[in-house]
Amino acid sequence: MLQVWKSFYARSDPAKAYSLLSPALILVTLAMLIPLGLMLSFSFFTQTSFTEIDYSFTITRYIDFFQSNLLVSLLIKSVKISFIVTFVTLLTAYPVCYYIAFYVKKNKMLWLVLLTLPFWTSYLLRVFSWKIILGTKGVINSSLINAGLLSEPLTFLMYSETAVIITLTHAWAAFALLPLYVSLDKIDFSLIEAARDLGLSRLETFWKITLPLSLPGIIGAILIIFIPTVGDYVTPALLGGTDGRMLSNMIQAYFGKVNNLPLGAASATIMLITVAIVTMVVSYTTKKLTQRIS
Amino acid sequence: MNESFIQINGISKHFGNVKAVDNVSFEIKEGEFFSLLGPSGCGKTTLLRLLAGFEYPTSGNLLLDGSDITALPPDKRPTNMVFQNYAIFPHINVEKNVQFGLRKLGLTNDEIFKRVKDVLSLVKLEGYEERYSSQLSGGQRQRVALARALVRQPKVLLLDEPLGALDKKLRDEMQLELRTLQKEIGITFVFVTHDQQEAISMSDRVAVMSEGKIQQMSSPNELYKNPQNIFVSDFIGETNFLKAKTETKEGEYINVNIEDLGSFKIKNNLKISENASDVICSVRPETMMIDKEKSDWDICLEGKIKQTSYLGEMTKFYVETKEIEKIITVSSQYFDNQSFQDGKCFISINLNDISLLNKK
Repeated sequence: MLQVWKSFYARSDPAKAYSLLSPALILVTLAMLIPLGLMLSFSFFTQTSFTEIDYSFTITRYIDFFQSNLLVSLLIKSVKISFIVTFVTLLTAYPVCYYIAFYVKKNKMLWLVLLTLPFWTSYLLRVFSWKIILGTKGVINSSLINAGLLSEPLTFLMYSETAVIITLTHAWAAFALLPLYVSLDKIDFSLIEAARDLGLSRLETFWKITLPLSLPGIIGAILIIFIPTVGDYVTPALLGGTDGRMLSNMIQAYFGKVNNLPLGAASATIMLITVAIVTMVVSYTTKKLTQRIS
Repeated sequence: MNESFIQINGISKHFGNVKAVDNVSFEIKEGEFFSLLGPSGCGKTTLLRLLAGFEYPTSGNLLLDGSDITALPPDKRPTNMVFQNYAIFPHINVEKNVQFGLRKLGLTNDEIFKRVKDVLSLVKLEGYEERYSSQLSGGQRQRVALARALVRQPKVLLLDEPLGALDKKLRDEMQLELRTLQKEIGITFVFVTHDQQEAISMSDRVAVMSEGKIQQMSSPNELYKNPQNIFVSDFIGETNFLKAKTETKEGEYINVNIEDLGSFKIKNNLKISENASDVICSVRPETMMIDKEKSDWDICLEGKIKQTSYLGEMTKFYVETKEIEKIITVSSQYFDNQSFQDGKCFISINLNDISLLNKK
């Protein structure tokens, strides 16, 4: 019997593939699919009292969500903040990667490692350090006041949307670096020389050759930043105040203090679908846009 | 015909301490097929890149058709380049690749269409307009690169080892085709290669480079028959070197004492002085004769065949002689590896086929 199994195993590629995949498959099932299924089913229940849940099927929670101005506006705000963060990150990370890919000749890896250096400390610590920098008596305000440039501290810096955007941008920049760098580094420099040889200026060469060819990296970076920042709740909770609150803070509340699990689950599901739609639209339009440029 | 179409005046290019191109001056004629030949690292590609504008010289200047182009960026030069790896833009199709260089020339759509159509038929790529680089073979990519450069009607076409990546059969075909094409359109070609056979078979003139300097610049025939120094003689084709000393001059001839063989009267093309010891004699394998019998040639040595290599159209014999310390290479189209059963042979040399060279 063992012999039969052994010879089957030796000849079957799918069997080998699945046995290699099985640890990952088990993990994904236990840690992702089951919780996701639970969340999805909860979104169709009703919270009747503080401790009791009516388990009969209803889509009322989804209707509740869209009838609530607060929830809808928080969803829009989450997406907006994430978009800004993604855009600013791309804008700052792209030139850095461009420089490393095309102008750094030796120790490229060292440069990349050094760029990720700030990210060796915990996310929470970094959020708190932004608190120290942006606060009313923080680094920026006190130096501006001491320099005599301000009499009152700038209030929009702290507990605001701005604070959330700055902190998230900084927190996720390193994740944009790698996909961007990889796609830029892959570009054969002779393509850029060829474009120049064929009469294009530096700027035109960038638009027609470098940008379109680095597109996979750009899309990768957008997804890597947009998806986790939409759902981030640590930064808005600590630095957002009332102005910078995002949908995830509300979801957290539904599962905690407010204790309305079904509505929380419905909000989370809606967020998931929104992210999926936005992701698809963004990658599709980015692709179309660059095709038109070239 | 402009005799000094491209003028290279005292061009040097240093990368740190490395002198990639070292004070080089020469001229290229209009409509010429000019090759830069040399081993890797000799500075030939750097020189080509200086002409294209991808590098700027450390010193010296470049003139093209009378105007100074030394400081012009690549997009402002009337030159175009065919890259070693072809550099076909992978995200656009063949037609757009070829159109690419026409955007800035201010042509009407009809003119662009016509030029692209003409150049694609010139390089025999009609019907491939919609293909992408990944869907083309090496030879086809090479043609796209050629079409893309030629469509701009440059004054000079620069080619950086364009045939290096092709297999031998295709390379031979493309050599012939490139040569025909160049004669047809009359554009000046500057061709970089490390393959001496390629340079010799295609070019009007060849500049042999080594260590950033031009070793010899002449027609392919001259290069093969009258190498100016030991480097050129060694690099172009195959040869046997024999140690020698010069003695007294006799008009165009000079008496040379070839080690272990004695004194001979040899033509002194390079005007080498009397009693010089830093000279060497070179004899090409195909100018010698190998036979089973003794001959009445100027020099005839008895030898023993140590090794043969059969090449089809000819056979190379590696022969040991009593007189000369080194193994002599002789090639023959008549005899092959089965002709000398006992290994005993005679090799004969004519004095006319011995060239006297400076060691440096």
